[in-house]
Amino acid sequence: MKINNQKELKAWKSKLIQEKPLDTKVILVCAGTGCIANGALEVVKALNEELAAKNLSVDVKMDVKETGCHGFCEKGPLVVFHPSGTYYTKVKAKDCAEIVEKTVEKGEVITRLLYKDPNTKEKIEKYENIAFYSGQERNALRNIGKIDPEDISDYVVHGGYDAFSKAVTSMSCEDVIVEIEKSGLRGCGGGGFKTGRKWRSCFKVKGDKKYILCNGDEGDPGAFMDRSIMEGDPHVVLEGIAIGAYAIGANEAFIYVREEYPLAVKRLQKAIKEATEAGLLGDKILGTDFSLKININRGGGAFVCGESSALMLSIAGKVGEPRAKYVHSTEKGLFDKPTVLNNVETFANVPLIIKNGSDWFSNQGTEKSKGTKAFAVVGKVKNTGLVEVPMGTTLRKIIFDIGGGILKNRPFKAVQTGGPSGGCLPEDKLDLPVDFDTLTDAGSMMGSGGMIVMDDRTCMVDVALYFTRFLVGESCGKCTPCREGLRQLEKMLENFTVGKGCIEDLKKIEELGWVISQSSLCALGQTAANPVLSTLKYFKHEYEEHLNGRCSAGVCKSLTTFVIDEEACTGCTKCKKVCPVDTITGEVKKPHTIVQDKCTTCGVCVAACPVDAIKVK
Amino acid sequence: MSCCTDLTKVDGIIDSYPQTEASLIQILQDVQAEYNYLPKEAIDKVAQKLELPIAKLYSVATFYKSFSLKPRGKHICKVCVGTACHIRGAANLVEEFEKKLDVKVGGTTKDGEFTLEGVNCVGACAMAPVVVIDDKYHGGVELHNVGKLIEEVGSDEN
Repeated sequence: MKINNQKELKAWKSKLIQEKPLDTKVILVCAGTGCIANGALEVVKALNEELAAKNLSVDVKMDVKETGCHGFCEKGPLVVFHPSGTYYTKVKAKDCAEIVEKTVEKGEVITRLLYKDPNTKEKIEKYENIAFYSGQERNALRNIGKIDPEDISDYVVHGGYDAFSKAVTSMSCEDVIVEIEKSGLRGCGGGGFKTGRKWRSCFKVKGDKKYILCNGDEGDPGAFMDRSIMEGDPHVVLEGIAIGAYAIGANEAFIYVREEYPLAVKRLQKAIKEATEAGLLGDKILGTDFSLKININRGGGAFVCGESSALMLSIAGKVGEPRAKYVHSTEKGLFDKPTVLNNVETFANVPLIIKNGSDWFSNQGTEKSKGTKAFAVVGKVKNTGLVEVPMGTTLRKIIFDIGGGILKNRPFKAVQTGGPSGGCLPEDKLDLPVDFDTLTDAGSMMGSGGMIVMDDRTCMVDVALYFTRFLVGESCGKCTPCREGLRQLEKMLENFTVGKGCIEDLKKIEELGWVISQSSLCALGQTAANPVLSTLKYFKHEYEEHLNGRCSAGVCKSLTTFVIDEEACTGCTKCKKVCPVDTITGEVKKPHTIVQDKCTTCGVCVAACPVDAIKVK
Repeated sequence: MSCCTDLTKVDGIIDSYPQTEASLIQILQDVQAEYNYLPKEAIDKVAQKLELPIAKLYSVATFYKSFSLKPRGKHICKVCVGTACHIRGAANLVEEFEKKLDVKVGGTTKDGEFTLEGVNCVGACAMAPVVVIDDKYHGGVELHNVGKLIEEVGSDEN
């Protein structure tokens, strides 16, 4: 059906709600990558079969919680009952008959399928009572897990396209821009540039053709907020883009999506098709003079293409080498036309600001960083997943309250934020409020929202080397300090990890890091030394330890020898069973020994030992 | 092998896009999806049709990591080496795959069955460490699972 004006959109929504009220019973099955890998599709099939056999009216609906986004992927497949909020984990197809019989028909809860709090060991029935969710404030992620991403009517029922229709039918371009300016919204991709200011400068430029671009090239390893939004709520991205396009006067948009996200591409394509058929994209939208076409471009697997000028070159079919920005993209961007580029999460916030007003948004967050921000909390943390909290929330709250603390209650060592442009922060920085400016002052940055938690078994020199290697591979090669300087940094760090580092190198690393940051053209190079410099600043003792031929985390293989503490060992044989090279000997209930000549120091036994008896010599 | 490559599909791919430079990456992506790599003849053809210098195509094809100028294996095995996977032991997994498949990262086994790749984050960090084989995600992979994962792919065909 085609919607011709705002009245018809409202009528459509009312009709949809009448047909299926919002409190209609629905079973939501997470169909994110993680849950699919664990058998979610089989669960959907089994539920449908059981329901069909019993002729019940509850429909089994495919949910969209993307990999990790709700944090319990390892406990997936996840099943949520709407509207009751009952939440089941690790559901298997063979559980479905019981679920239909007990929970669907009789409203009984199956205790064995409930989530168990890792700290209190308590079984929790309702979704909203789980600490991981209750500590959050979900705006950009508001619909994920609730709606079917492949059905535009589900988005419309949940208030979708209300903001867009309000903007194009009752607000001028100026009104929209003022609202975004007043909200204080800043670029969620990591730059933190004020969205309203960007839109205004493009709006002011005269031109018959302008473009609006959506950056979905989420390159930071360890970050997947944008993926979750594109896959779980694709229409919110389109709506945000459409509002932006209207505001700046663009009639063509491109969404640049990472090659590694095929499901996001599929869902966005479907969403564009549905929105175009509904008349919410295309020519003369909702009876106005505003027209918009949205295209999708798949990235080619180059990290640097997340940089704005490189991204634009890539859309134009060229090699993505950043250019100097004497002229802003808002004047001369894609195909030399005025262009606005915003990130996925930024666009996801726009409809809410237009709908609820700028005050609603700016009342959340801190003085300079408004609203909320989504983080991917991953690594050695109990509840891994996507966490959206008001700006200014402390790292401690995110990692320990919402994230549930460190896996196996080991000591916290560091949290890495900002991806390869950010840094590692130690325990005494845990009470810092997370916003754009505070983390930068501490030598890291907020970045796009990756937050990798590290415990005492993570080696900081190895982490520094990891990021440097990553950047050596991703540097486009245009600027010599970045291309060659990073290689030298890599070499020096490598020496440390094999016990060949020297004290003078510490000084050299610092100097070289400074040179790279000062003399590179784009943000990739300018921030490339951050991971190294921040580890050197906060974890210098680990570098020194490596100079003395020891890696106490047991990561750097040439410096590590694992031994079993005979007094602590209970002889449970777990280490023996998991050793991939069969180099652990010992009898049940007697202390075990590692025969060193075959040991590859892979550390599998260390992770398997329940009593922490395997130590670094 | 390249002398026998059937290039008829390349024309169809090129024709489905506007014949401009801006379509280049999309066209090459579709060609690679069809042939599993970028055959030399296909590159020549795209260059000719879009009226671009061949050097330009090679600069694009070698800049972007997703393109391969060499035929890839029947199965693509991607070990995620993103940060979350790294700190949960991805480097050991890479080594184990190298050992089991007898090939280095980026290479293809002699029988043409497997290509082993390291990828920078597939966005499934909660399941770290992750391995993606032929677009199927495997989370929480441990060293002793590696052999089984490889065998499973082989047995799926039989």
